[in-house]
Amino acid sequence: MAEQEKKFSIWDLPDVPMGQLPPHLELQRTRVFCNKDAPIHTESIQYSGAYSSIGVDNSVRLDNFCNNFRVEVIRLNEDDMEFDMIGIDAALANSFRRILVAEVPTMAIEKVLFANNTSIVQDEVLAHRLGLVPISVDPRLFDYMSENDQPNEKNTVVFKLHVKCKKGSPRITVKSDELKWLPNGSELVRESTANSGSSSKPETYTYFSCSQESVPEFVKNPVAPKYPDIILAKLGPGQEIELEAHAVKGIGKTHAKWSPVATAWYRMLPEVILLEDVEDDLAEELKSKCPVNVFDIEDIGKGKKRATVARPRSCTLCRECIRGEDWEKRVALRRVKNHFIFTIESTGALPPELLFTEAVKILEDKCERVITELS
Amino acid sequence: MEHGSFTDNSAATFSLTDEDHTLANSVRFTLNQDPRVTFSGYSIPHPSQARVNIRVQTTGDPASEVLKDACQDLMLMCRHVRSTFDKAVEDFKASNAVKAMKIDSKDSSDSEESE
Repeated sequence: MAEQEKKFSIWDLPDVPMGQLPPHLELQRTRVFCNKDAPIHTESIQYSGAYSSIGVDNSVRLDNFCNNFRVEVIRLNEDDMEFDMIGIDAALANSFRRILVAEVPTMAIEKVLFANNTSIVQDEVLAHRLGLVPISVDPRLFDYMSENDQPNEKNTVVFKLHVKCKKGSPRITVKSDELKWLPNGSELVRESTANSGSSSKPETYTYFSCSQESVPEFVKNPVAPKYPDIILAKLGPGQEIELEAHAVKGIGKTHAKWSPVATAWYRMLPEVILLEDVEDDLAEELKSKCPVNVFDIEDIGKGKKRATVARPRSCTLCRECIRGEDWEKRVALRRVKNHFIFTIESTGALPPELLFTEAVKILEDKCERVITELS
Repeated sequence: MEHGSFTDNSAATFSLTDEDHTLANSVRFTLNQDPRVTFSGYSIPHPSQARVNIRVQTTGDPASEVLKDACQDLMLMCRHVRSTFDKAVEDFKASNAVKAMKIDSKDSSDSEESE
């Protein structure tokens, strides 16, 4: 005899709100699960029709983005800043990071003209070291210099270094504060074969038509290396260095000396969830396991203690809290896929908030170039 | 440079020079968000050569139009990011200035009281 099948109507099932994903899928879409062995659900589901079979629209239209996007500044100093970007995707965040490191222009020493170098540091080594010295000058005031251009006040900054260690005096260390800015251009006289007997001014290696001192920004902050205590070379008695260095504008892609950031990095916001109540001894154990003190103990009366998550933001994902037996079902480590904690450390040419603005502008310019090429 | 077929302009490969993952990944992301797109992806034929191939397949609209719209969207997103960021930095600086002023006035009022 056939058993009577229990008939139930699907209309009796609890309501799944239309247009929204069931909670476990929503979790998979927005969180990276950091398990003991490896993270899962790391890819961001961007395809607009990803959930079309359920009837959920995954497309992030522009107005949705604009409504949900937020920026919160955590720390802002002269040289570094930390801020949160919420509502953005990893592709955009990575593009900003790549542009910050490689495509925001700065000024750095490129050509070094040696008049005299009797020190033990070879010419090319000293020139390389000079190139890496960060210079605090706003690169937006200058133009790029191409092969055919002549060095003039719009694309070059000239420095002079002349140090001599007298015979009989102890060794001296040449630091970057010895680099003197020459606002009037090069002072080294170029030997020209053409008859220059008529011109009163001898020809030099740069063609400045006016002094750079007249630029108002340089009156307040004269151009100089950002840090005056960078060791460039060491001189023994009787040794001398006399050189002239020309700094030009460039981007980090060509050479890392033109990178405006010491580094720029981002991480996703960590989320630490306690799946079940962790009490008493286990709570103490959990609190002592974490090296960055993410957990705290709270008293819930009657002498019982419970662990809570106090500082999930400082979690470094060392996974100590899920290492032992059974801990994986008590603590869940996750990362929020669209919340990025950006840190930018500037080398001094531009303040970090300006650097980020410039990076976003550069991405806009790239898009515009593609659009004009297409049309 | 667009490689496609003359009869069917809903699918094409765009070859961009002097570009790399920086632009290509962001454009691919905005393309994916567009509901008219059935397939979008990018590849870099050789890492030493600065060239990117972006493939777009749509549900009927011409692929170059869709790519243009995606770039426009990306530009608008960047502008929004920039304005939100600038506002957040300004708010932070203003609130810090207020805090510094409060601490200053508290210090001076404390010293007055102690006298």
